[in-house]
Formats: sequence, structure tokens, C-alpha cells
Amino acid sequence: MSLSPSLKKLDLEKYGSLLALGVLFVLASIVGRPYFLRPENLINVMRQASYTGIIALSMTFVIISGGIDLSVGSLAAFVASCGVLFMNLLVKATGGNETLAIAGGVAVMMGLGLCCGALNGLLITLGKIVPFIVTLGTMSIFRYLSLQMANAGEFASHSQRFGEFGMAKLFAFKAGESSISLPVPVAVLLALAFILSFVLTRTRYGRYLCAVGSNARVAQYSAVRVGRVRFWAYAINGLVIGISAALLAARFNTVSTPNFGLSFEMDAIAAVIIGGTAMAGGRGSVWGTVIGVFMLQIIQNMLNMAGLSPYLQGVVKGVVIIGSVYIQRQKQ
Amino acid sequence: MGDVILRAERINKDFGGVPVLKDVDLEVRRGEILGIIGENGAGKSTLMKILSGIYQPSSGRVLVNGEPARIGSPIEARRLGLSLVPQEFNLIRDLPVYDNVFLGAELLTRAGLLDKEAMKARTRELLAQLSVTIDPEARIEAMSAAEKQMVEICKALAFSARVLIMDEPTTMLTKVEIEVLFGLVRKLRAEGMTVIYISHKLKEVKALCDRVVVLRDGEIVHDGPAEGLSVLEMAQRMVGRELGSIFPPKSEPGAEIVFEARGVTVPGSFEDVSFELRKGEILGFAGLVGAGRTEVAEAVLGLRKRTAGEFYKDGKLLRIEEPADAVAAGISYLSEDRQGSGIVTGFSVAQNVTLVSLGDYCRSALRLIDRKRERERVQGYVDSFRIKTESLSKRLENLSGGNQQKVSLAKSIDTEPEVLIVDEPTRGVDVSAKHEIYVFIGELARKGISCVFISSELEEIIGMCNRVVVMRDGKVAGVLEGDGIDEERIMFYATGAHEEVAS
Repeated sequence: MSLSPSLKKLDLEKYGSLLALGVLFVLASIVGRPYFLRPENLINVMRQASYTGIIALSMTFVIISGGIDLSVGSLAAFVASCGVLFMNLLVKATGGNETLAIAGGVAVMMGLGLCCGALNGLLITLGKIVPFIVTLGTMSIFRYLSLQMANAGEFASHSQRFGEFGMAKLFAFKAGESSISLPVPVAVLLALAFILSFVLTRTRYGRYLCAVGSNARVAQYSAVRVGRVRFWAYAINGLVIGISAALLAARFNTVSTPNFGLSFEMDAIAAVIIGGTAMAGGRGSVWGTVIGVFMLQIIQNMLNMAGLSPYLQGVVKGVVIIGSVYIQRQKQ
Repeated sequence: MGDVILRAERINKDFGGVPVLKDVDLEVRRGEILGIIGENGAGKSTLMKILSGIYQPSSGRVLVNGEPARIGSPIEARRLGLSLVPQEFNLIRDLPVYDNVFLGAELLTRAGLLDKEAMKARTRELLAQLSVTIDPEARIEAMSAAEKQMVEICKALAFSARVLIMDEPTTMLTKVEIEVLFGLVRKLRAEGMTVIYISHKLKEVKALCDRVVVLRDGEIVHDGPAEGLSVLEMAQRMVGRELGSIFPPKSEPGAEIVFEARGVTVPGSFEDVSFELRKGEILGFAGLVGAGRTEVAEAVLGLRKRTAGEFYKDGKLLRIEEPADAVAAGISYLSEDRQGSGIVTGFSVAQNVTLVSLGDYCRSALRLIDRKRERERVQGYVDSFRIKTESLSKRLENLSGGNQQKVSLAKSIDTEPEVLIVDEPTRGVDVSAKHEIYVFIGELARKGISCVFISSELEEIIGMCNRVVVMRDGKVAGVLEGDGIDEERIMFYATGAHEEVAS
């Protein structure tokens, strides 16, 4: 992954968050001695970070456009439920062709994610309803549709290979006693970060996205199709949620409708903000979000090892979110 | 002449080591109108912000009535009788006039609740004192710029100001409203009020002020009575060199009609507006604020929905539903509202210039932005427009108003338009930047670009345009041409005097 050239381009503000990540890493190595630095633990931290992390990437787009998407967690649950149901149908229909079933299921999740994201986008742009309200509404709609479908229970996948896919690793090799590998969701996170960062900094769409978020009126007067630009931010977000939902459903090989993707919106928004993207829109960085994602996960891991109760962990998370934004404010 | 009410002694101010004011000594006397002029960046606003408590001087002191005063905040300034009427009004749109007047110093009843009746009554008194007819209960959002300004002045009076500092008070006003304002300022002077009047408009300073102070590069280079100082001399002292005519010579437009509007109506804004634009012509749009000139431009751009009328380009009917259609048809617009709809202040110089024309920079197979070409082209504008910026990646919020305007102009012509609509192209811009902008527009016309020139400054309409459309109340009141373009004729149509003559 060509992380270093992209990082060079980040300005001082983002070097700050990279520095914070470094400091945190050292702190975690000390607090979580000796387990934190073990490859298995680090790989696990990255894996756990990647499901919400993937969503945080496209949430970065939404927030740069001057909007917000609260429906991401519910949307993930809804598309995962539908996808798993469809996959099970395909397993039956094809007489056990799991490869085809998995491909079909994942395609449904991505396609449905795109459509649901597009629905958010249409309500916001054509319906002229503010993003907070639209996605607050769809957050409720998608969650309760999933609960209704499953009668508040879960949808278990009938494909064993889907579960294996969820645990799959790339480049696995043994180094002494520990094994080193790159879990698939982490690879997807990094690949998507690379693509989205490229779109944001090097394409017309990325430039327009910043212009719309910075000053929609100027963008409109500058012949930018403001509605279209905003619409696609939500549609892309939906598609990326579909990808994350597929990976997470495969991880457990089941979709538990009350819990799947619960409070993902909060973690994703927190990662974006810690990563230095302006809540008011107009500017931000995808790699900054990646840093934010890892920071949150390392904090949690570290506190786990320190034996802090999960409730207090939530308190610390909140302090970190507010503190990081406060520090960024001071720097400006 | 009255006694000295306000004295600044050896005021220095620097921002991050860059000196903005150098050893400024200034005396302000009771009951005078003092004009302060200077180019953008000369230090006028900084000096006024020090006097009104927004900034603290790096060294030096301020004396009010001979007593050394520490003006730590705008509230302390107000307590000392110094009130600033800012260029961008500090009014809350959703609140009525009386709440704005007393904002931060509300009158209370004995129970500690807002005493609305007392505030209304006092506001009514103050408004009457200014002889303006504004309802104290009217909301700010429905008001014109001139009315908002009256509310600002009223606010200053409510705090019994003895020195009123007005920063560019006439930028948003029409000629008639300016006359009303001048009358009011003179009335306040007669009552013993001191007015410090900061402006780019030298003619107005000449007409209104008793004394003129010229700032250049943070130093006072001239301090003397307005009488006997010509406008040209003021301009020369401001820029520190001789000035030729500020306008370039007019060029002869071609015969062919490039753009035409026929019977265009936008309900609530204007009706039945028709005009034609020839190749290489500069067509002025004059009129009072609110006459519908900007709205016509916005309709051409597809920003306002029209219910009747068509636009033609080179004789062909245009389909314009949104700004992208207008850009595709070779029409470009420089907005009057630089901050609100012209430039993205958080974007760099380069990102702003290429915002409309970005498609032209994405010609590779992957449709990526060709950043090398972007830099080269933008560097070309920076050189030819003499945009003062350290780098192309500097954010616009760090540039002065004149340089922002040049970037905005570069942005409008980077699409290589055949029809360029400029709306108040020199608003809030200093004399030398004004001159440069006039020259660029003149050159564009000479190259065959047709230009619609909307302006409230009659001087530039007269100095720049081949023909002038005068609008009044959403209608074309008259069209003037060649030697027929003069101030009297324009005002004759703009104020509706022609209707009285006809009836």
C-alpha cells in the first residue's frame, strides 16, 4: 500500500493526528504490555477497526459535502439481512453452489446499499429536507424493517464458505511463534481509502464536493450541479455500507437484527471528526479518517487490557472526541 | 473648530512581525467630519479597529477627552462614546429593530424582564431624531441596506456616541440613499457629533468631509482640510504616484449581435426585459439598487426561473435551465456578492480560478485533474492580473479584497466566454485595483468578448460603456448611447423622472 506518498501531501493539521496516533501507539504498548504489541493483537485491532472504518471513509465524503448520515448502522443491518436471505435462497436454488450464492448475496448487499443511499440522497436533494432529518428517519425505518423481517431475531447464513470468507486472510505467513497476515476487511479498508482519497484529491468530483460543502451558493453560481454532487455522496456511502455489511455478516456468518451495525453512525462520525474533517463541511481527508479509525480502536484495546469497564471506555471515547476537536480548533 | 475629543499618539500595530501601522498620530476634533482614505491594506481598518476596541495597539496610546484610555473591547469603546458602524452590518436578521438597537444593553423592567415598551419608545425617538421612517418593530431581514445602516446608526446613538466611525458606509447604497445619509451626517455634526468617515469613494469624501487624512503603507502621508484638495490629488497621495485617466479608451464594438434577450420576465423581479449585445461591446446596466439588474443577470445564468421570454446567442435560441447550460453556451458571470456567491474562501487561488472551468482540466483518459496545467494557467492569471499572493495554494480568505476580486474575475474568464457579465466588478476595491480591472475588461472587449457591465457607480458606467440600459422597478426605462451617456440622463431614467415628464 503506497501510504507514504499520500501522507506527505497531508498538511500540518493532519500530521498532528498522525503524531497523536504515534503517541497513542507508544502509550498502548506500555499500558498493554506485553500483549498489545503481539502481531495477533495488532491484526485483531485492525480487523475490528475495519468494519466501521470502511463506513467512516464514505462518511468523510458525506460530511465534506456539508451533510451527515445517521442511517449507516441501520442501513448495514437492512442490506445484510436482505443479502443473507437472498444468498440462502440461491444456495437452495442452485443446489448448493455456494460460490454463486455468495457472489449473488454480496452483489445484493452492495446494490441495495447503493439504492438505499440513493434514496437518502434523493430525499435530501430533490425533497429538500435537511440531511439530519432524512437520515434520522431512515435510521429508524431500516432498523425496524430488519427487526420486522427477522421478528427481532437473526438471519443465519446457510453457506459455510461465507463464514470462511469472513475470516479469510491475505499474505499469511509464520514468523516464529506468531503468524502474520492481512485480514480481508483490513485490505478492503486500505484499498477503499486509497481509491476514495484519490477521488477526493485528484478528480473533478472531489473538488466539487469540497466546493459544495464549503459554500453551496458559490458552487451553484460556478455552474456546479450542487444537487447531483450531494446525491452521489450519499449513494457512494450506501454502496460502501453494502461492502462493510457483507464483510461483517460474513464475519459472524449471521445477521442479528437488533445488534448488527448498532451505533456505527457514532463511531464513523467520531473517526471522521478525529481525522480532522470539518464538521461544517468543505474540507477533510480520507487518510485522516483512517488515522481516526485506528486511534479509536487502539484506545478501546488499550483500555480493555488495562481492565477498564466497557462503560468507562465509552466515557473515555467521548472525552477523546471532544478533546481532539478542541486541539484542532486551537491550532487554527 | 472644536476641541480635541480623541487623540492617537504614536500608534504602532504589527501582525506577526509585519507592521501595519507605523507611528500614527491622529487628532480628532469635536464636531468635525474627518475623512480617512487609503488603498486596501493601507491600515485604515486596523486603525479604526484599534479606536473601537477590537484590536490593541502594539505600542502607543489613545486619549479620549485628553485622558489616556484603555479601549479593551468594543463595549469599553462604546462606554467612552466611540461607536463603529461596520461595513458588514452586525444585525440579527430575525430580530426586530428595537431588539437590535439595544442588543447587549437591553432595558429591563424592575422584575428583570425585557422592557419591550421602553425599548420601542426609545427606538422610535432615536429614529425620529434621524428623521427616518422605520417601524421599530420591523424585522431586519425585510430591510434594504440603507435601512439597515440607519438601524446601525441608531444603535450608536442609543449608546450616546460622541464619535461615530463609519467604515465604507455607501458601498451598498444608491445615489439617492447616499444623499439622505450625507444629510444625516451633516445634521449629526451640527449637533456636535464627530464622524470619522472611511471610504474608497473620493468624490464622496470630497463632498462630505471637513478634513482628510491619507494613509499609505501604515503611515499618515497627508492631513489637511478637504477644501482645496482635489479628488485627483487625493488619489495621487493614496497611491504615491501620478495617475492618468482611470479608464482605458473605449473601443468600437462590431456590428453583429452576439447575445439577445427578448421579453424576459421573472415574476417578482422584473418584466419584459429585452436587450441586445454586440460583439466586443460593453453594455452598461445602470439603475438604483433593487431595480432588477442583478436579477436579469441571474436569469441569463439560469439561476432564476423565467415565465416568459427567450435568450438568443448568435441568432440561435438558447435552452438555459441551470448555470452549466449558460457556461456551455459561452456565458460567464462575475457575481456582485464576492463572499456570498463569487469565491470559495476556504479554497486556494488555483482551486478558485478553475472551479467553473474544471472540466477543461480533466481531459486525460482517467478524467483526473491535470494539476500541472492548472498551475500553469493560474500562474498566468496571477502574473497578468498582478494578483498579490505568496503561492497558488494560498487560501482566498488570506487575500485582500482587491486580490480576491481579481481571482474572481480570473475564474469568470477561465471558461473563455464570449459573453461576460460583470456585476459590480469593483465593489470594495481600491483605486489601483479598480484601474487594473477596468483595463482588463477593456482589453477583453477589444479582443471581441461582449460584456454586460452592471454597476451602481455611474462614473464607471460612463467611463466604460458603449451603451447603457437603465432599469427602474424591474423594467427597462431607457437605453443611452455614445455621447448621450451622462449622469443626468441616467438618473433621469433611473429615478423615474421620465415617467413624470411623459404623463
